[in-house]
Amino acid sequence: MPTPTEAHQVDMTAIRRRLRERLEAGNGKSYWRSLDELADSDDFRTFLNSEFPSEAETLVGSVDRRRFLQLMGASLALAGVSACTRQPVEKILPYVKAPEEIVPGEPLFFASAYPLAGAAQGVLVESHTGRPTKIEGNPDHPGSLGSSNALAQASILDLYDPDRSQIITRAGEIRTWENFSAELRKVADSHKESKGEGLHILSRSVCSPTLLAEIEQVLNDMPKAAWTVYEPAGHDHEREGVKLAFGDYRRVHYDFSKAKVVLSLESDFLSAGPGSVRYTRDFSAARRVESSHDEMNRLYVVEALPSNTGAMADHRLALKSSHLPVFIQSLAAELGLPVASRSALPTHARWISALARDLRANAGASIVLAGETQDPAVHAACLAINEMLGNLGKTVLFADPTPAPQGSQSKNLAALVSAMKAGSVQTLVILGGNPVYDTPADLGFAEALAKVSFSLHLSLYNNETSELCLWHVPEAHYLEAWGDALAYDGSVSVVQPLIAPLYDSKSSLELLALINDRVGMSGYDLVRDHWRKRYSGPDFESFWKQSIHDGIIDSAAVGISTKAAAPPIPGQRWAAELSKAASKGASGAGRGLELIFRADPHVGDGSFANNGWLQETPKPITKLTWDNAALISPATAESLGLENEDVITLSVDTQSVNAPVWIVPGQAKDTVAVHLGYGRSRAGKIGNGLGFNAYKLRSNDAMWTRTELKLGETGEKYPLACTQHHHSMEGRELVRSATLFEYRDNPGFATGDDHGLDPEASMFPDHPYEGYAWGMTIDLAACTGCNACSVACQAENNIAVVGKEEVAKGREMSWIRIDRYFEGDIDEPSVLHQPVNCQHCERAPCELVCPVNATVHSDEGINEMVYNRCVGTRYCSNNCPYKVRRFNFFLYSDFDTEVSKLQRNPDVTIRSRGVMEKCSYCVQRINLKRIEAKREDRSIRDGELQTACQAACPAQAISFGDINDPESKVAKLKANERNYALLGELGVKPRTTYLAGLKNPNPELAAEDGGSSRAAGGHS
Amino acid sequence: MDKHSAPGPQEPNAMIGPGHSFNSVTDKISSIVLREGAPRGWWIGFGIGFVLTNMMLVSLIYLFARGTGIWGVNIPVGWGFAIINFVWWIGIGHAGTLISAILLLLRQEWRTSINRFAEAMTLFAVACAGIFPVIHTGRPWLAYWLFPYPNTMGLWPNFRSPLIWDVFAVSTYASVSLLFWYVGLIPDMATLRDRTVKIIPKRIYGVLSLGWRGSVRHWHRYETAYLLLAGLSTPLVVSVHTIVSFDFAVSITPGWHATIFPPYFVAGAVFAGFAMVLTIAIPLRRVYELQDFVTAQHLDYMARVMLATGLIVGYGYLTEAFMAWYSANPYETFMMSNRMTGPYAPVYWLLITCNILSIQALWFEKVRATPIGLFIVAMFVNVGMWLERFIIVATSLHRDFLPSSWAMYAGTVWDWSLFIGTLGFFVSLLFLFIRFLPMISIFEMKTMVPEAEVREDLL
Repeated sequence: MPTPTEAHQVDMTAIRRRLRERLEAGNGKSYWRSLDELADSDDFRTFLNSEFPSEAETLVGSVDRRRFLQLMGASLALAGVSACTRQPVEKILPYVKAPEEIVPGEPLFFASAYPLAGAAQGVLVESHTGRPTKIEGNPDHPGSLGSSNALAQASILDLYDPDRSQIITRAGEIRTWENFSAELRKVADSHKESKGEGLHILSRSVCSPTLLAEIEQVLNDMPKAAWTVYEPAGHDHEREGVKLAFGDYRRVHYDFSKAKVVLSLESDFLSAGPGSVRYTRDFSAARRVESSHDEMNRLYVVEALPSNTGAMADHRLALKSSHLPVFIQSLAAELGLPVASRSALPTHARWISALARDLRANAGASIVLAGETQDPAVHAACLAINEMLGNLGKTVLFADPTPAPQGSQSKNLAALVSAMKAGSVQTLVILGGNPVYDTPADLGFAEALAKVSFSLHLSLYNNETSELCLWHVPEAHYLEAWGDALAYDGSVSVVQPLIAPLYDSKSSLELLALINDRVGMSGYDLVRDHWRKRYSGPDFESFWKQSIHDGIIDSAAVGISTKAAAPPIPGQRWAAELSKAASKGASGAGRGLELIFRADPHVGDGSFANNGWLQETPKPITKLTWDNAALISPATAESLGLENEDVITLSVDTQSVNAPVWIVPGQAKDTVAVHLGYGRSRAGKIGNGLGFNAYKLRSNDAMWTRTELKLGETGEKYPLACTQHHHSMEGRELVRSATLFEYRDNPGFATGDDHGLDPEASMFPDHPYEGYAWGMTIDLAACTGCNACSVACQAENNIAVVGKEEVAKGREMSWIRIDRYFEGDIDEPSVLHQPVNCQHCERAPCELVCPVNATVHSDEGINEMVYNRCVGTRYCSNNCPYKVRRFNFFLYSDFDTEVSKLQRNPDVTIRSRGVMEKCSYCVQRINLKRIEAKREDRSIRDGELQTACQAACPAQAISFGDINDPESKVAKLKANERNYALLGELGVKPRTTYLAGLKNPNPELAAEDGGSSRAAGGHS
Repeated sequence: MDKHSAPGPQEPNAMIGPGHSFNSVTDKISSIVLREGAPRGWWIGFGIGFVLTNMMLVSLIYLFARGTGIWGVNIPVGWGFAIINFVWWIGIGHAGTLISAILLLLRQEWRTSINRFAEAMTLFAVACAGIFPVIHTGRPWLAYWLFPYPNTMGLWPNFRSPLIWDVFAVSTYASVSLLFWYVGLIPDMATLRDRTVKIIPKRIYGVLSLGWRGSVRHWHRYETAYLLLAGLSTPLVVSVHTIVSFDFAVSITPGWHATIFPPYFVAGAVFAGFAMVLTIAIPLRRVYELQDFVTAQHLDYMARVMLATGLIVGYGYLTEAFMAWYSANPYETFMMSNRMTGPYAPVYWLLITCNILSIQALWFEKVRATPIGLFIVAMFVNVGMWLERFIIVATSLHRDFLPSSWAMYAGTVWDWSLFIGTLGFFVSLLFLFIRFLPMISIFEMKTMVPEAEVREDLL
């Protein structure tokens, strides 16, 4: 091949001549790539052909000219046809607080709702140029009031999960939506002829009224078709409990703002469940004291496994799960309800009578509630006690029932599986979920599924169930598809998509519309039509616009009741059921080792197993990441000779599984607790192979508690990644707290003596702060340790996930972590939470030691980290007394995965390898507001600016603002007598300060119940 | 030694063996360099060093490719082996300059036979030390930002940071040590130039000897320059480790924040330096049969210095413990009790055994007179001083103010490979030095032979 240099010498005069000729001949602009091309010489053509032979040969070969013209003609004609279909208009409306301030380039917020386990939480989704990047709470939504939780925060990551299912498959092979819909419609038509014989729909809890209507239509059209709901960690017991009490289903929810005394029986209402965000808000509001004259509510918790709610309790009793029916029976008896008179558990008689007196004294202003892990009879008993106390309609409220099939979930599921095994299910439509993985192992769902000839799984991931189904269809994420959803209290939101589906994915609605012959109806049409039918008022258009703008539908306008009255509770049925449950717990079965199941606080039932943020966020109380474990109490560990990370075999009946031990102070003796959601094999790159599968121990008859557990030792060890190895404060006054009485006696208890040192003393002058001076307070009396702040921070600040091995080495990246200390007796300790972020010291030890000035002090008091300047000496971290600095030991941030890039906050730098990072007080948010304020020639208003952690916090524990403004909320809180600086005696003058924790023990019990009434300062 | 005493039979504490003349000294020392081929022992020693140097290079390449995370460092223990090794090597690098400069100024003539290789050792130790501050950073390719150079970013380093002081202290020390060593080598280089018969070495030594002809004017200039350099290096001996100790003392971390650190670190450095000089001198004098030049008296003196500085270091340990208690600072108190009884307690007590208990043997003349005994004690001290830095760095950081952040620290395989690799690098350089340069100063040794004695009574 002649190379251009040797074979072809450019003849410049010839080129100039030809150029002139061409320019004169041509009209318009003509572009040329090189002098050779310009010269258009033969040599150049030879060169071009030899260099790019493909170009010369494109049209040579099997396609002849005639065929080519045919093809071209056809494609041109068809292209023209496709252009005829007009894209339907689906208007979405931005949620704008002040519409006149919209500026391109600034984020927009849209209201939507995050549906989870049968109830939705209202959210505002931050959108940067069409990419949803961050979830915030929706202030207008009753389930949110502007706050959110860790799961909602992390849901944005699922949207961009590269492991999400992206294609439709049939028996593992790629198919198109058209292939699929044709086959499904054929199957549906054949079922219609037989009135739905052999057609089953299996779904998760449905919280969408439109979807429910679609399902109902299927069932109306095909009366022999069946619908089953299975939620591995849902609210079935609560639902059945309500039915047991009232004889019919209804949705129960609580108003904690009016409750002065709360008793929770294993209900982790502050952390888990659809209402938890609102409950936490109301609960902490009823607990907030601004001066020593204020009143606090009082929380009693009885539970087997310590929860965040238990940690907030003023009195906590650790009882085995199976003993709780006895407990509530005793309480009911003490309150004079007609229950079988069983003597109270001997050691707790005083506790129960004091509790009963407290409840009676607060009749009409108290709540007794039970968790899903308790028997329906316990739920019914709680309702009966509430009724007796006159709480119904005041603190305990009712709404329209959650749409679900009649009967208990366990029975329905068992019926479905036996029908499948019998071969009478030809078609199984599985909407979401993962029943192959998360149904109790004793049912044998997977084997039964093999007998179904047409199985279809709609799912976000191609998971364990998809693998065994004939068809798999990728499910649209809630931010990709239209929908609607009921909140915890029965109010309805429109789920507004923020982005077109990233892949060829569909929503449950669209799938069912296909079965219902509504081919071509989009999710938008379906939802809108549904509400148009239900709306009775005038001008549907503006009602609709308002509803999607606000993110909440006016319940009254569509005939939904969120505060329905309840009929009286007949006394016999629940009492009889309770007797049965209580005698089971008190019998021999309740005496041995007991296995209790819990939904994992972060990965839930396993749905979020592939969410790196949730995997890496330390679980409340245990501070474990990336794994589940067999949790046992210290006493049990001692008697069995077990240590942390020992692998044991848990076996019940014929089921068994190996699990590593983790000792949890405060857990009830003789219980082993396991979290669901681990041991996944097809979760994705992140979630595969983590932990063990606790479903293998579950039984359909005993979903939450199994007795007669046997333990076997294996002699092996399994490393667990825990972020906090040390539980004691070592006598240091880190978390300061007191009881309400102590506070009243000594309002200044929190300030302490700082070891006789003057924190103000310094040889150097202080920085002057003339403009803003940003500061933060964190109220330890309100913090429940729920991790919402931590995940919100991760989402806002593009914080990388590092993986289990790195966490185990102590290299987690969280900018705000929640420290957890135990105090008091190891069997009944108090649990203290303390969120710690960068304290933005006014005399920051880190700034002084950085050799390259990469961490500097702003004139507003923020300790600023300059990533570009950092060379990574890590000296700043060594000199940080709070150890809040995080280092990129490796290249932790993902710079490669395209879809993950969409999630990133464009206002925050993505950190590369070898640089230090830490909390910035969300300086990007400050600057956004500063620009807004400057443009309006004013200063930033108090409350206008929220950091990500503050915005997320459902307990409103975090306040942030300008401490130079004496009228700001944060300045007032800093003036509060409970305000103290963590490690203030070091003289670093932290800008983040804490409001000391408070507990409100019952004076009757305080004397004996040492665990909850501790002295100020936490001296141990 | 009294120069003015009458010549007599060789005293038992003489600084040179009996029967040496100017010629025999030159012959003996230069022959080590000028002989044909190297002894088998040299090849084995250098071979081991060379292999380990390559291990160091592999560790460095892997470090640059992957990041600091290959080491055991974490949060809270942000500094680990890299800083421990840095301080350890810098400490070892102290003996050379101390011997050359301070002992010269104090007219301690026994320094003569050991100063050359002590200086070489200093340089090589500083070279090993110098690797670490650069590579311990997260982004070593930007470590030059620690130097104040004019740049388009308009940025200066932070002069308040002890790490910047370190940059100046260590680079100054390295350059002055190099200069001092080289200036001292010039007359000997000329000797080698004159003695070698091969053309290439002759040219090389010729260039390096800078045209030295041994004229009186040369000697005069040389003596002045050498004395000036000695004066210049003397404060450096104290300053370098003082400033290295500031890396710790200026911080607020319990266990680091202590005013005893500068003197305690300097003493520790001299202690470690003499231990390393002994570690090298004892085998060397045996292998090359230099007992006449490095005499029992030398070993005895070095052992005494080691004992004295070791006791200062012991005093430092006591002061740390006392201040932790006396300050009533709960964090300091806890730090000390954690060192003594916490998870790293075995390391702490091993350190006390190595650095305090083992040197008590040096009180006995018999031990000081037994090279093998001295060698064992010196090895103890080498290990002990490394452990001391481990204790200071790791135990202070791993449990500081907030128990929530407490964690454990241990070196990984890459930490060890790099550390052992630098030992190999050090050994390689040392063997090259022995092979190509006179390890004992020839012209200075000549001043020790009886012929050099100036008989003032005869003038």
